[in-house]
Amino acid sequence: MAAPAAALEFRGAAPWRRALRLHGWTIAVWLVLLAMVPYWRSLSEGDFKFDVRSLAIDGLPLCFAAMAQAVVVISGGIDLSIGSLMGVINVLSAREMVDMSFRQALAFSLLLIVLTMLASGFTGLVITLTRIPDIVVTLGMLFVWLGVALWIMEIPGGGVPLDFSNLALGDVGSSGIPNATVAVFAALVLVWVPLRWLRPGLAIYAVGSNRNSAYLSGIGVSRTRVGAYLLAGLFTGLGGLSLSASSAIGDPNSGATYTLNSVAAVVLGGVSLLGGVGGLFGVIAAAYVLTLSKIILLLRGTDPNYANVYQGALIILVVILGGLLTRKTRS
Amino acid sequence: MSAVPEAVGRETRLRSAQRFLVDNPVVVLIGVLVLLFVLTDVVNRNEAGEPFVTWNQLSTTFLVAAPLGMIAAGQTLVMLTGGVDLSVAFTATAAAFATSWQGGNGTAQGILAGLAVGLGIGLGNGIGVGIFRVNPLIMTLGTSSVTFGLLSIYAGRSFEKVVPGLVSTLGSDRFFDYLPANLIFWGVVAALLILGLRYTGYGRMLYAVGDNEAAARLAGVRVWHVLVLVYVLCGLFSAFGGLLLVGFTNNPDLGLATPYLLQSVAAVVIGGTSIFGGWGSYSGTIVGVLILTVLGSLLTLLDAEEWQRQVIYGSIIIVLTAIYARVSGSE
Repeated sequence: MAAPAAALEFRGAAPWRRALRLHGWTIAVWLVLLAMVPYWRSLSEGDFKFDVRSLAIDGLPLCFAAMAQAVVVISGGIDLSIGSLMGVINVLSAREMVDMSFRQALAFSLLLIVLTMLASGFTGLVITLTRIPDIVVTLGMLFVWLGVALWIMEIPGGGVPLDFSNLALGDVGSSGIPNATVAVFAALVLVWVPLRWLRPGLAIYAVGSNRNSAYLSGIGVSRTRVGAYLLAGLFTGLGGLSLSASSAIGDPNSGATYTLNSVAAVVLGGVSLLGGVGGLFGVIAAAYVLTLSKIILLLRGTDPNYANVYQGALIILVVILGGLLTRKTRS
Repeated sequence: MSAVPEAVGRETRLRSAQRFLVDNPVVVLIGVLVLLFVLTDVVNRNEAGEPFVTWNQLSTTFLVAAPLGMIAAGQTLVMLTGGVDLSVAFTATAAAFATSWQGGNGTAQGILAGLAVGLGIGLGNGIGVGIFRVNPLIMTLGTSSVTFGLLSIYAGRSFEKVVPGLVSTLGSDRFFDYLPANLIFWGVVAALLILGLRYTGYGRMLYAVGDNEAAARLAGVRVWHVLVLVYVLCGLFSAFGGLLLVGFTNNPDLGLATPYLLQSVAAVVIGGTSIFGGWGSYSGTIVGVLILTVLGSLLTLLDAEEWQRQVIYGSIIIVLTAIYARVSGSE
C-alpha cells in the first residue's frame, strides 16, 4: 500500500514537476527556438511576415523528414533511407506533374504518398523478416532509392503546377499564417496525435522501449515495427512532395542532406536513439531550430559551404550532448 | 565403432563440409570470382570479339582494385568492431587534395600532408565513437559532411596541383609490363593486416570488442582505446587509398573517391565480415574487392548506367547480409 500512496502524494504535491520531467526537453527546445528569434530579427532587414514565411518554407521538408525519422526511432529503429526516398518522390512528382492541372496534381500526390508508404513499409518488412538490423537494410535502401531517383531523372528538371507550388509557398487567406506551418501541424494533429493515444501509437512506444516486454504483453512486435515504417512513409511522402512544391523542380540529389539532418532534429527534439522516448512536437521545434541556425549563418554573410560545415559540426555536437544527457538521466 | 551406419557418416561429413565453408567463405568467394571472370570473358567475346581473361586485363583488374582494397581495409577493421565508417570516401578525396596541394614542396611533405588529413579525420571519428559513444553511422556521416564542406571551399580556390612523382609511380606504373606497383604495396599491407589481426594482441581485441563489448570490458580491455585506434587506422587506410587514386588519375577532383563509399561497404560484406562485428577477415574482403572490380568491368561492358550500379550494389549489401545471417545462424 505504501508505494501507490507515495506515488499519489508525489503527484498531488507537484504536478508541474511531473509535467516538467515528462515534457521538459520539448519545452526547452521551443524556448531555444523563441530565444533565437530576436537575434534573427536583429540581423534581417526584411519584413517579419515575409521572413517567417520563408523560414516555414525552408523548414517544411526537414519537418516532415524529422517526423518520419522520429516515428521510426521511437519504435526502436533508424531509417537512413528517408532522404533518398524523398528524392525519389521529388523527381517522380516533378517529372509527371509538369503538364498536369492542379486537380490532377493533387490526385497524383495522393498516389505518391501511398507509393511512399508501400516503399517504406517494404523496408520495414525486409527488416522484420530477415532480422537484419535497421541500419544495414536502410543503408542498402539509401543507395537503392538514390539509384531509382537517378533512373527517373538524371539531371535536375521537370516542374509542378503553380497552384501546387502555392500550397507550400502561400499563406492561409490573408491571415499571414504560412501554409507550410499549417501543413506541418495538420499532419501532427490529424495523423500523429490520434495514433499516439490509441493502441498503435502506444504499441510503437512499447516496442521501442523494450521489445521483449512488449512481446510478453501481447503486442505484435513485427506488425508494430512495419506499422512504424508505414507511418514514416506517409511523412516521407509529404516531405518529398513539399520538396517539389517549394523548389518547383526535381533534383535526384535533393534529398541527400535530409537523412543526417533528420537524425539531428530527432536527437535535438528529445527523442532517444535508444527508442521509446520522446514525441513529435519537440522534433518539429528542433527542425525549425536547425533551419533557422542555417538562415542566421547565411544572414551573417557566411559562405554557404561554411554554413554546411558549421551545421555538420553542430549536428555532431547535438548528438554528443544529447547522448551524454540521456545517459545521465537513464543511469 | 564400425557399427556406425554409413548414412550417419555421410551426414556428418556433409555437415563438416558445410561448417568448413561457413568458416572459410573465401573458398566459395574465389569460386564466384572465377565464375565472374569466365562470364565477363564470354560477354566480352560476344561484344568486342576478344577475350577478357588475358594477362593484361588481369593486371589492369588488380591495378584498378588496389585503391578500393586500401579503403576497404579500413572499413573491414571498423566493421569488425560492429561499426561502419561512412566518411571513407571524402577522407580519401581530402587526402588526395592535401597531397597534391603540398606536393610542390617535396614528395615527403605531400604524402605526409595527405596522411595527416586521414589521421585527423579518423581521430575525430574515434573520439566521437570511442569516448562520447556517438552512433558510428551518425558520427562518420557528420564528419563526412564537414569534410565535404571544407573540401568544396578549399578545392574551389585555385592552387597549383602537383602530384608527387612517387605517388604517381605507386598509383599507375607497372613493373615488368604486368606487375602493378600498387599491387606490391597492397600485398604488403594485406599481409601485415591478415597476420596482425590474427596474431597481435590488438587484432584479437578488435574481434573481442566487436563480438561482445561488455565482455571485453569486463575482461580488462580498454574499449575506448581500441575504438579510437580503429577509426584512426581507418582514416589512414582511406588516405592511402586516396593517394593511390590520385596517383592513378593525376588530377584530384571533388568526386574522386565518391563511388568507393558504397563499394567499400559492399566489398567487406561480400567478403563475409559480419556487419554485427566480431567475425570476418581481411582475406575475404580482398576477394570481395576483386569480385566488385570484375563486376564493375562487366557492367561497363554491358553499358550499365550509374543508377543501375547503385541499385545493384545496394541490393548486394542487403541480400548478402541476410544470407550470411541465416547461414551462420547468428540470429
